[in-house]
Amino acid sequence: MEEFIVTEKLTKSYGNVKAIQDLDLNVHAGEVFGFLGPNGAGKTTTIRVMTTLTKPTSGSVRIGGFDVVKESDKVKRMIGVVQQHLSLDRDLTVRENMEFHARLHHIGSSERKRRIEELLEYVELTEYADSMVDTLSGGMKKRASIVASLTHQPKMLFLDEPTVGLDAQARRRLWDLVRRLNSDGTTIFLTTHYIEEAEALCQRVGIMHHGQLIALDTPLELRKKLGLITVETLVDNKQTHYQYFADRDAATSYVQNLPPDVKTIIIRDSNLEDVFVEQTGQKVGDNQ
Amino acid sequence: MITVFNDIYSVLWVDLRFLRRHWLSTLVISLINPLLYLVAFGYGLGSGINFGGVGYLEFVIPGIIALTSMSTSFSGSSSKLHIDRLFYRSFDACLMSPISLFSIVVGKALIGLVRGLLSSVAILAVGVVLSPVLLVTPLFVLVLFTSCFVFAMLGVLIGLVMNTHHAMGTFSNLVMLPMTFLSGTFFSLNQLPDALKAALYVLPLTHSSASLRAAALGQPFPWLSFVAFLGFGLFFFVCSMVVLKRSSA
Repeated sequence: MEEFIVTEKLTKSYGNVKAIQDLDLNVHAGEVFGFLGPNGAGKTTTIRVMTTLTKPTSGSVRIGGFDVVKESDKVKRMIGVVQQHLSLDRDLTVRENMEFHARLHHIGSSERKRRIEELLEYVELTEYADSMVDTLSGGMKKRASIVASLTHQPKMLFLDEPTVGLDAQARRRLWDLVRRLNSDGTTIFLTTHYIEEAEALCQRVGIMHHGQLIALDTPLELRKKLGLITVETLVDNKQTHYQYFADRDAATSYVQNLPPDVKTIIIRDSNLEDVFVEQTGQKVGDNQ
Repeated sequence: MITVFNDIYSVLWVDLRFLRRHWLSTLVISLINPLLYLVAFGYGLGSGINFGGVGYLEFVIPGIIALTSMSTSFSGSSSKLHIDRLFYRSFDACLMSPISLFSIVVGKALIGLVRGLLSSVAILAVGVVLSPVLLVTPLFVLVLFTSCFVFAMLGVLIGLVMNTHHAMGTFSNLVMLPMTFLSGTFFSLNQLPDALKAALYVLPLTHSSASLRAAALGQPFPWLSFVAFLGFGLFFFVCSMVVLKRSSA
């Protein structure tokens, strides 16, 4: 399988603090890769290094075969980046923002016009093309950010918390767009706080904690390692306890042997949130 | 080479779009202070004052043009860059694109130059009407152009360095405002003690003001001052490049 991103012993320090520590990570070409971790785990720093905004302290990152430090120009031509916060010029229209991005990437005039029209249609923003960015809804602003980052036809798209602050409908619409981009051949590197988002979109996920990669696999394999079935028990309405089992039979047997004071018992399929909490000791989105 | 020019224009283009949409309000706001200075100092305080045969109005108009070039070029490049970098975060698009840091710095300075020239030419037009003795020679145009570019470059540097609105305001109050009044724009530095006069030559506006005045009034041109002023521009450019380079470290 072709690797699109390869990091080797990637480390980024700020003074004595190691934001990323010896990160070895491969992202396959053509996949949607989910990057999870609590706030401050090192996700955004990793993206900043991968997108050439920050230089690593040691180790290396290659994207599409090119080193992000030594061959940053080639890397920049291959990647599109949608940051967590809106990073469009709010004094301009959607079309002007797209044109600005296209100009920065040396797209010629006629090609620029053609691509902008095509992309606006692709994300269903044609009728808002000449609206000022600030007048758009949250979901439309995010789609405008994505579409601006696509004007130079990147092979790889970084999406940093793309659905934060969006309502459920806008979030699902964005998921559809991510799936469509991926099926059209774009490799996607996505960070998210929403576990259901990672489960819905990602073929593989990596979990960062304290700057280190502590888990990396498909969501199903990560669940298998933990146990596919979760049993939640609540005693005296105080604290919920979680136990994990390979199958439903094992879980049922465990429940049958519970003491009588256990009042609330839930048996369900495990999910990535269970994996995340067990690996990090924190809920997704918690501060460290 | 053509690519560099294209890249510089790409960086400038986004700010030109903004200016095209807001040119009138931008121009009017940038002219309020210089026109107030012109009325208050040129006609009010300065009427009857004479500097070696030159009337105060003739004397002060080149100074006001110099400070207009300073304030408008500085704010023209610094304020939008500051907003793009810290609030809109749209400046990251430049950093993540395959264009050089040189193109980014020069492109961001050019919007200050454009805005500075726009306001300075408007004040110059008023000045020429009020004081027909002013000479708009090629040398005057060169100095005005240089003045706008040097202060626009200072704006880029400050826009890159300052990380809060408060810091921007502090710089304006502690550096730009005193420079406005102390750089020989409203009075002749020859009236000052030598030590103070020497100290004021560390301010770039002093050189801009002296050069513009000499060119406008047909006096001997202070080439040394002009070269020193170019040195300030080079210093601001080099610092901007270093700051931008270090920002990705």
